Amino acid sequence: MEIPAARDPVSAARDAFGDAVLHVKQFRGETTLVVEPARLPEVLDFLRVSSGLVYNMLSDVSAVDYYPDDYGDEFDGDESDYRPGRFAVSYHILSMLYNRRLRVKVFAAEEDPRLPTATVVWPAANWLEREIADMMGITFDGHPDQRRLLMPEDWHGHPHRRDYPLGKETVAFSFNEAEIRKHKPFAQN
Amino acid sequence: MAIAAQAQSIEEQRKWEGSLDELRGLVSERAMTGETMLLNMGPHHPSTHGVLRLLLELDGEEIVTCLPDIGFLHTGIEKSLEDKSYEKALPLTDRMDYLSPMSNNMAYSCAVEKLLDLDVPERGQIIRVICLELARCASHLVWLGTHAIDMGAMSVLLYAFRERERVLGMFEMLSGQRMMSSYIRPGGVWRDVPAEFLPTIKQFLNDFPAKVDDYEALLTQNPIWKDRAQGVGVVEPDVALAHGMTGPALRGSGVNWDLRKAQPYSGYETYDFNVPLGEHGDVYDRYLIRIQEFRESMKILNQAVARLETVQGPYRSENRKYVPPLRSELGQSMEAVIHHFKLWTYGYDAPDDEIYSAIESPRGEIGCYLHGTGANKPRRVHFKTPSFIHISALPVMSSGYLLADMVAIIGSVDIVLGDCDR
Repeated sequence: MEIPAARDPVSAARDAFGDAVLHVKQFRGETTLVVEPARLPEVLDFLRVSSGLVYNMLSDVSAVDYYPDDYGDEFDGDESDYRPGRFAVSYHILSMLYNRRLRVKVFAAEEDPRLPTATVVWPAANWLEREIADMMGITFDGHPDQRRLLMPEDWHGHPHRRDYPLGKETVAFSFNEAEIRKHKPFAQN
Repeated sequence: MAIAAQAQSIEEQRKWEGSLDELRGLVSERAMTGETMLLNMGPHHPSTHGVLRLLLELDGEEIVTCLPDIGFLHTGIEKSLEDKSYEKALPLTDRMDYLSPMSNNMAYSCAVEKLLDLDVPERGQIIRVICLELARCASHLVWLGTHAIDMGAMSVLLYAFRERERVLGMFEMLSGQRMMSSYIRPGGVWRDVPAEFLPTIKQFLNDFPAKVDDYEALLTQNPIWKDRAQGVGVVEPDVALAHGMTGPALRGSGVNWDLRKAQPYSGYETYDFNVPLGEHGDVYDRYLIRIQEFRESMKILNQAVARLETVQGPYRSENRKYVPPLRSELGQSMEAVIHHFKLWTYGYDAPDDEIYSAIESPRGEIGCYLHGTGANKPRRVHFKTPSFIHISALPVMSSGYLLADMVAIIGSVDIVLGDCDR
């Protein structure tokens, strides 16, 4: 069987989606494609099925929080400094056929961060996105399972946010038990 | 009186447990009416290999679906890493996949090296390959023993752990620690191999192939083993890819994908070895692949040990902006003292940018997403771990099989809960 020649994912995505490709970055031989959040599932599906691209596997989904550094301001031309929102979620996809990786990145706003889910494209995104929803507090619209994954269901806050202190849970003794319990409405009895 | 009080408390308990509505859409509609049974397996079930809870929906003895519940072993390692300089964060990565800490060290070190653009000298790369392949053997030995004991073959565990002890002995020789070795570090390895290491590993390489034959004699043609394993937990290649499965679980379905071959690191492209593949994607094929991987690891180890004897030179990068100087240099060089002080207090700055680097661990692809801040601590470290992905794929692997097969399926994907929950 003839293997179609590999296509450049950046130009292919630009041709197909035009302005939805917001930014392209190269670092240490890795290509990052920043796309418009609303078009994300479309872009991922395009990259997965198009001949010459065939990114057939989702390796990883990881989120990063740019707090408290600069984000959301005007892009000043510095490659690594393109940060239109506080949160970014990166989809690391892999093409086994052409043996290369690509990072598709979307940004989410500080207030009520929301992104469309990629579960419709890859079932593998299910838990990876649940983990981000749990630890980073980003809601994935249309995700089939919106329960917490790693943290207990009565947990407050999202530990991987940069403004979440790296502290410890207060140990409950008889003198402070009532105060601690007050914040855990689901852990009574 | 006492019975009435107890009944009331159960009633109250039910109220607290909540309703089935929480699970609507996740389990089938038949569970809502009570036609199928919901049953908890774990988190203290011995065959869940740690603390994994599975909420099974059963139709008689047949599994309709299962909902894995993880997080019991969540230790916040990724969050803790954000508060440590790059070098000092390394020992935490040992604690993720506690059956092959060397692979975690390697995944993290490779990521840091990629972010810093740091090179590893050839001898360091050879020692790394030796460590990684020994770790693969040690990890597969635990898998073999526990998988067999789950399926009722009691004695394999004792033989497997006997050999694993020898591997751990070699790790102790290298690093001073049997398990949490922190031996592979950014830039190379912690120190050169001691003089007694080479004879020990040669003796091991001499003895081990016969031991693998012994394990195979116990299991491979064993009719009970074949009955339990063949045709169970079948995963089609496209399903495996869609769910992101990697490592022996993917190769069991016949997909030829091994990062050591496809995207070589640490000089794997210069070693001669094969990637064993399965055909049926069932528990038995995944077993055969790991057994074959013992032999392939032996091949790599033999070549690496031969090279270690001829290749001399540094075992760790000598870029003193990133790698601390040797202790012996501290008495003679003022610069060494300055570098020592700077690197062990502040550490080093890494670019404010992101990279993703992946290696082939015994369980599959361990990926490390690393985002620097421009200062000495990372903004975000995320590990994509094979156990996490494989547990999320358990529902598709197990639906339609019997409850007793669940144990075989969990064993066959070789999960480690520390790896999953991080």
